[in-house]
Amino acid sequence: MQAIDLLQILPELILLLVICFILLVTPFFSEKESNDDDIFFTPKAAGFAYQVTILTLLVIAVMFASRAGDLPIRIMNGLYIIDPFSNVLKCVSSIAVMVTLIYSKQYLIDRQLFRTDYISLVLLALLGQFVMISGANMLTLYLGLELLALSTYTLTAMRPNYQRGIEAGMKYFILGALSSGFLLYGMSMIYGATGSLDLDDILRTTSNDAVMRLVLSFGLVFLLAGLAFKLGTAPFHMWVPDVYHGAPTSVTLLIGGAPKIAAFAITFRLLVGGLQLVDVDWQPILIFLAVCSLLVGNLTAIAQTNIKRMLAYSTISHMGFMLLGFLCVYDELAYSASFFYAVTYVLSTLGTFGLLMILSNKGFECETIEDLKGLNRRSPLLAFIMLLLMFSLAGIPPTVGFVAKLSVLDALVDAGYLGLAIFAVMASLVGAFYYLRVVKTMYFEEPTDTTEISGQGFAKGVLTINGLFILLAGIFPAYLTTLCLHAMRTSLQG
Amino acid sequence: MILSLAIWMPIVFGLIILGSGSDTNKSYVRWMSLFAAVLSFVITLPLVTDFDTANAGLQFVENVPWVQRYDLAYFLGVDGISVWFVVLTSFITVIVVLAGWEVIQDRVSQYMAAFLILSGLMIGVFSALDGLLFYVFFEATLIPMYIIIGVWGGKNRIYAAFKFFLYTLLGSLLTLIAILYLYNATDTFNILEWHNAPLNFKEQFFIFLAFFVAFAVKVPMWPVHTWLPDAHVEAPTGGSIVLAAIMLKLGAYGFLRFSLPIAPDASLYLGPFIITLSLIAVIYVGLVALVQKDMKKLVAYSSIAHMGFVTLGFFIFNQMGIEGGIIQMISHGFISGAMFFSIGVLYDRMHTRQIADYGGVVNAMPRFAVFAVLFAMANCGLPATSGFIGEFMVILGAIDYDFTIGILSATALILGAAYSLWMTKRVFFGKIENDHVAELTDINSREFLILGILALLTIGMGVYPKPFTDIIHPAAVELLKHVAMSKI
Repeated sequence: MQAIDLLQILPELILLLVICFILLVTPFFSEKESNDDDIFFTPKAAGFAYQVTILTLLVIAVMFASRAGDLPIRIMNGLYIIDPFSNVLKCVSSIAVMVTLIYSKQYLIDRQLFRTDYISLVLLALLGQFVMISGANMLTLYLGLELLALSTYTLTAMRPNYQRGIEAGMKYFILGALSSGFLLYGMSMIYGATGSLDLDDILRTTSNDAVMRLVLSFGLVFLLAGLAFKLGTAPFHMWVPDVYHGAPTSVTLLIGGAPKIAAFAITFRLLVGGLQLVDVDWQPILIFLAVCSLLVGNLTAIAQTNIKRMLAYSTISHMGFMLLGFLCVYDELAYSASFFYAVTYVLSTLGTFGLLMILSNKGFECETIEDLKGLNRRSPLLAFIMLLLMFSLAGIPPTVGFVAKLSVLDALVDAGYLGLAIFAVMASLVGAFYYLRVVKTMYFEEPTDTTEISGQGFAKGVLTINGLFILLAGIFPAYLTTLCLHAMRTSLQG
Repeated sequence: MILSLAIWMPIVFGLIILGSGSDTNKSYVRWMSLFAAVLSFVITLPLVTDFDTANAGLQFVENVPWVQRYDLAYFLGVDGISVWFVVLTSFITVIVVLAGWEVIQDRVSQYMAAFLILSGLMIGVFSALDGLLFYVFFEATLIPMYIIIGVWGGKNRIYAAFKFFLYTLLGSLLTLIAILYLYNATDTFNILEWHNAPLNFKEQFFIFLAFFVAFAVKVPMWPVHTWLPDAHVEAPTGGSIVLAAIMLKLGAYGFLRFSLPIAPDASLYLGPFIITLSLIAVIYVGLVALVQKDMKKLVAYSSIAHMGFVTLGFFIFNQMGIEGGIIQMISHGFISGAMFFSIGVLYDRMHTRQIADYGGVVNAMPRFAVFAVLFAMANCGLPATSGFIGEFMVILGAIDYDFTIGILSATALILGAAYSLWMTKRVFFGKIENDHVAELTDINSREFLILGILALLTIGMGVYPKPFTDIIHPAAVELLKHVAMSKI
């Protein structure tokens, strides 16, 4: 390995070192006895780790952002690829994790989860995402995926004396392990058919006719089943609502936020980077997954009274929508539309779960739709932000969610999938209903609990910026769309 | 610049007012809103005074790139068809702010802000010349209206708000696909280029239908009109005024801006179909209005019947019809606004909208009765009121197109007179049966001012419609010339 390689992965290295540092240094802190009456009690070690983490994530995000224009290079014997695509995605996922931590600080303190092991697991999950985003080899991708998955399994079950979390963690672990098995099995078949784990090699081999199509197709099916598990698309979505519901909200956000970007990246790397030439095999499957997800996600979400479950089903439908962009093969505009969709979806999700955490307090979980009753009375600002986020998820202009839906639909119409496009908009009509219901609860109903929502000024500030970003990026989407397109274009050329 | 100011000024003021938050300083919020509304009305006036009637094309054009990736442009401009609606929107906003002055005591800043933002967005719809920009404004208007109906509405407001939102969204989502299809066919979102885009009949047919769904829901045409009575009945007075006076016009305007020029052959082919629907709206919905017990519902059905006249006028493809339709839209803006405001005046005092609860109001509120009777007359198209001009022109056009259709459409005048006057009779005249009616106080100066302005406009437009027709005429001629040219 050359020194230049190390320089290229400097942000990842910094992250790894910080994790080690946190784990090594924080045991030396002497902790005050926890006192239940003191609501501002913060464990010292975790507080320190938290501050270091926020700072590190900020630095890393800036580093990725400054590299967003670099030309693509492959390092470590082609195992790892650094290109504008990965830099942009990594920048967004570091910001997403940072924002998640900011939102969840008080929530974690209230639930005795504000611990150094929690924070370091979060960072390990992020590292896993980085590896996933940059993997140029099936093994690297798998490695990143497992690092992410194992960290999140643990995080889900981590809350002490919380049975639902443990149950969700078990479910997540078993189904996740199963899907990893599928994925690995698929990879091994593809390896068998093409003789390589390197995505570029696979692309090259599949272009010649000598390759064993049967084995390749079988491998592809398993690979897609595994991916669908990880993305949480129907009919492999069973774990999503249970895990979203069972996990502490902060962990729900860690699962439902940043990792969706990594999931998008791994789908892109595998399907477009490696298997683009056999698109006739994976396209019908993808259509099936997308249509199922849009149907199941939107229809089932209507029946939910728990907002976390509702958002889980909404995630399923959004992942389905994102997959639609992959249907337009060889179309960088379509890929960049999906890219844009993933990024904006994550930004909207951050805000919604962030709000739920801000509204929760000690001994009270804000998780049913009823808990949002009359929010407009209690805090007009938070209600307005939530309104923007809901309309963004529903895809109503002038929010950024509309631009995202628009770009995917445009790609579909362009590629001649008119029927699918009409199906997709009809599904979003159904979707609009349950997002509207949240707005209804906040605005049209009177609160049962009229206490003011106090404290957490910093988290509220970030939430406000998050919400306004959703609005402003919807009105001025030019920069973000161009960035996505540019990143996609340079990466595909490289 | 004028159009941009007209769009963004109320929105920015709306956000400022929204930011002032709680209900602690209501009078500040009210005066600030009135200032914003009047200011934005004054800003739009030059659009009419400086309008060049010799020019049939677009004026006050602004065109800057918006999103280059999709070749989207922030492209604004008005022609003779749209210019009056921009002014009408900003004018109605002033009325609405005044109408909610004392009635709204709860969350005043949000109420006023919603209407100001809505006003800016609707002006955006009328002046957007970029297909997607139009769509963004068109859809964004749903958000404030949803909130207005849901927060300040009546008993059944939640149902009405959902119905309103989802119905309209259903239509507009299909339109989005049509817009994207046009974009992919022409590589631009510029509406003017779409007008000249060659499209074969099949493409035109489906594009027409996709647009039709959205606009027909918005107008609303029979049989997709059912959301409107619900929305009207539940909405607060201000919401009803905006809904009837302007929001319904967004759909009719869409026909003129999109359906007719982009798909002329399909429009001609489907013309008889639309005419049939319009006649059903005029006659059947007119009959439905006759049997309503709720005043607001009655006026809501009467709006549907009047809008039927508008679509009828558009799809008989002659100059009288189109100009008459546009005149009818403007006049209906004044009259329906005034009617809903009058109902609001009664409702604020009696808290009921049932016709049966009234009777003999004229004894308690003589000044108010003068206005109410005037607007009821205007609503049924009495000559020398603005209601007459539009209906007369459309009927003339219809007779020119087909005598039977002309006769059928003319029955609307009878039906209109029947339901308007019968309601007036039952509410205002006769003996006082309800003790509460005897205790009614007559309108105060604020209400007098609003009704007075609207009455002046209604009569003024009815007596001397030339300024309106002068501006509309060249654009209508141009549109007809365009529709007459086949694209196939």
